[in-house]
Formats: sequence, C-alpha cells, structure tokens
Amino acid sequence: MYDAWKILVGLAIFLGLFTFAFWMNAGKAAPIPEPKIDTPEIKKMAEAERKCVEDKHFMRTTHMQLINDWRDQALRDGDRDYINKKGKKYVISLQNTCMKCHSNKKEFCDKCHNYTGVAPYCWDCHIVPEEEPKGNES
Amino acid sequence: MSMDRREFIKITGLSTLFGLAGKGAFELLRPGVLDAAEHGHGAHAPEEPAEAAIRWGMTIDVEKFSEPGLAEKCIKACHSTHNVPDFGNSKNQVKWLWRDDYEHTFAGNENDYMDDHVKELPFLCFCNHCDEPPCVRVCPTKATFRRPDGIVAMDYHRCIGCRFCMAGCPYGSRSFNWFDPRDALNEKEYNMEFPTRMKGVVEKCNFCVERLAQDKLPACVEVAPEALTFGDLADPDSNVRQILRKRSSMRRKLELGTKPSVFYLV
Repeated sequence: MYDAWKILVGLAIFLGLFTFAFWMNAGKAAPIPEPKIDTPEIKKMAEAERKCVEDKHFMRTTHMQLINDWRDQALRDGDRDYINKKGKKYVISLQNTCMKCHSNKKEFCDKCHNYTGVAPYCWDCHIVPEEEPKGNES
Repeated sequence: MSMDRREFIKITGLSTLFGLAGKGAFELLRPGVLDAAEHGHGAHAPEEPAEAAIRWGMTIDVEKFSEPGLAEKCIKACHSTHNVPDFGNSKNQVKWLWRDDYEHTFAGNENDYMDDHVKELPFLCFCNHCDEPPCVRVCPTKATFRRPDGIVAMDYHRCIGCRFCMAGCPYGSRSFNWFDPRDALNEKEYNMEFPTRMKGVVEKCNFCVERLAQDKLPACVEVAPEALTFGDLADPDSNVRQILRKRSSMRRKLELGTKPSVFYLV
C-alpha cells in the first residue's frame, strides 16, 4: 500500500472530527429537568385542589396528544368543554386554561422541551403570559 | 409457466374488474358492504341531527353609521379583541372589519344619480359567513370550514397560506399575513385571552365564535347595539328575523349565489 501512514493519519483525523460531539460531551449528562409549578396562581389554590386537568403521570406522557385533541374538539367541533377522568369539567383553551395556572413558560414548558430538543410551534400564535422578572432567575 | 388463451382472458378480465372498476366492482359483487365499513369507524365525529339548528346572522342598520366615529369604534373593538395588527399601509393590511363606501360595497348596484348622503355613508364590511362559501370550496387543507351554525371558521393550525380562499372570496374579507403580526402589535395591548396569528396564514372575521361560546355578543355588536343586531336566522321569532320582517334589506353580491348572512338594512 502506498502512503499508508498518510491514509491512516487522515483516517484518524477524520474519525476524531466525526465523533467530536460524542467524546466532547462524554460523561456530562444534562441534568434532568424539573419543571416548576410554583406560579402565583397555583400557590393560591388550596393544597387539595392543586390538580391539573388529568393526573401528573398522564400529563407528563400524554399532554401533547391531549392538547392536540383539545384543539380539534374546540376549534373544529365547537365543543369547548372537557370532562376529565374524574368527571370534572374544564374549558378547553391553551391560553385561558393551561396558561392561567402554568404562567411560567420558561420554567415549565421550556424546561423539558429544551431538554428533549422539541420545538412546538404553539407560541407562534398563542400568547405567552407575561413572566414577572424574579431575582433568582438565571 | 404456460397459460392457455382461456386462462389468460379470465385473469385479465378479473384484474380489470377489480383494478379499474375498484369500488364499483365491490358494489357489483357485494352491494352496500363497503359503505357500511366506511361509516362504521374512522369518522371524526358521528353525525347527529342538530337538536336546535342555529344559523347565525347579522343585520346592519346602515343609516345609524351616519353618526361620526361609530364605524371606527366597531373596527377598533373588533381588532383589539382579536389582536389584529395594523401595519399602516394598505398593501400589508390585515382586516377583519372595515368600512367602505356604497359604490364598492354594492358594486353593480350604484347609479349615476345617487344622493350625496348614501354616497358618503360608511358601510361596514366583514366576512359574510355565506351559506355557500367559495373560500371553503377552494381550501385544499380544509383549514377553513363551515360550522353547523353557519359560521365560516378558520383553523390557523392547518392553513398553509396558499391564498386560494382570498381568490375565492368575492368580498375581499380575507387578509394574508405577509409579516409576523406581532411586529405591528403592541405587546401591552394584547388581548391575552385570544391568540395572534403567525406569518404566512390567512385570517378573517370569525363572527366572534370564541365570545359566542361564552354567551357574549360579537365585539362589534357590543359597542354598537343600536346599529348592529346579531341573532339566529333559523328562528322565525329571533331578533334579526323580526327586524328583517319589518325592514327591507340588501345583501352583497347576491348574484354570485354565495347566500351571505349579513343584511344591510335600508
């Protein structure tokens, strides 16, 4: 083989650059996000009433599907009432129901969305509640 | 593999029957089976007979708008309720509700000897929420659709911005967002209960469908109740029907067969 060392050095450099992202971040797992639910609106509620429309596990895994269904139900079928598994009624509205309690998009929505690298386009149209500047915000 | 002439014709014939005739072949052999399967599942919502059929409509008492500023008041109420941007030029204009003159509102009905009063009177224009909306027919994604209560609604999530509906609408009721509407909106004046739109979608009056859901009247009617009346055209005793029984009215471009539900009282 002619110029074997040149090829090998070239290959080594190529592999090094190609896998750069992997060894650069090796051993540095991003911390698991902890979305905050300490908004004034939630704090105002009594401890027993501090419930989302469905239970925590369901919301964590399925909120995207729920929101998708909500959108079609409210907009296309004109039915703006949601009855949850426990029989409680909610008004279907991202801005007026979800974001009334979760008024901290940066500390709630964005935390996990950034971690998992998803960029939902909700906020292109739906207005994010004004977030009060806090001293301890990084 | 060898095949005789008889076999070949059999296979060709059967393939043609199922291949070309498709659904028709099914109908021929097992009538009704396919239709039953289609309606059994997969439909978005089962079609129920409407309990009380509502047909929303509006009457506009044109004469009342001789009061200066009333038209503008309605426009402002509408546009601030729905976060409609004002780009300050007609090229990029986004409008849900606007004023025009008689000649343009009722094009084809004008004459050379019109009285000055009507000539100068402002006519409020907005989506007519037609019974036969051409915008709905041309929309390739069903982003715009007609609700059972007659409101021609927009699903901005589905709009791809092709603007076929703008070409289809004979009333110019639809506007395209050439820019991000938030560029022309004041953040402090947002109506936090209603979304904005995004760049690249078409928007129009929605007959305040979100307010109707809360048992409120449309925003324009709320600020000008003496001039605008909103009600159910399907109910013979409703407020709009009572008005229409007593007063003569005009609708825009009736000759096109769109059947508008906005009546101008003259």
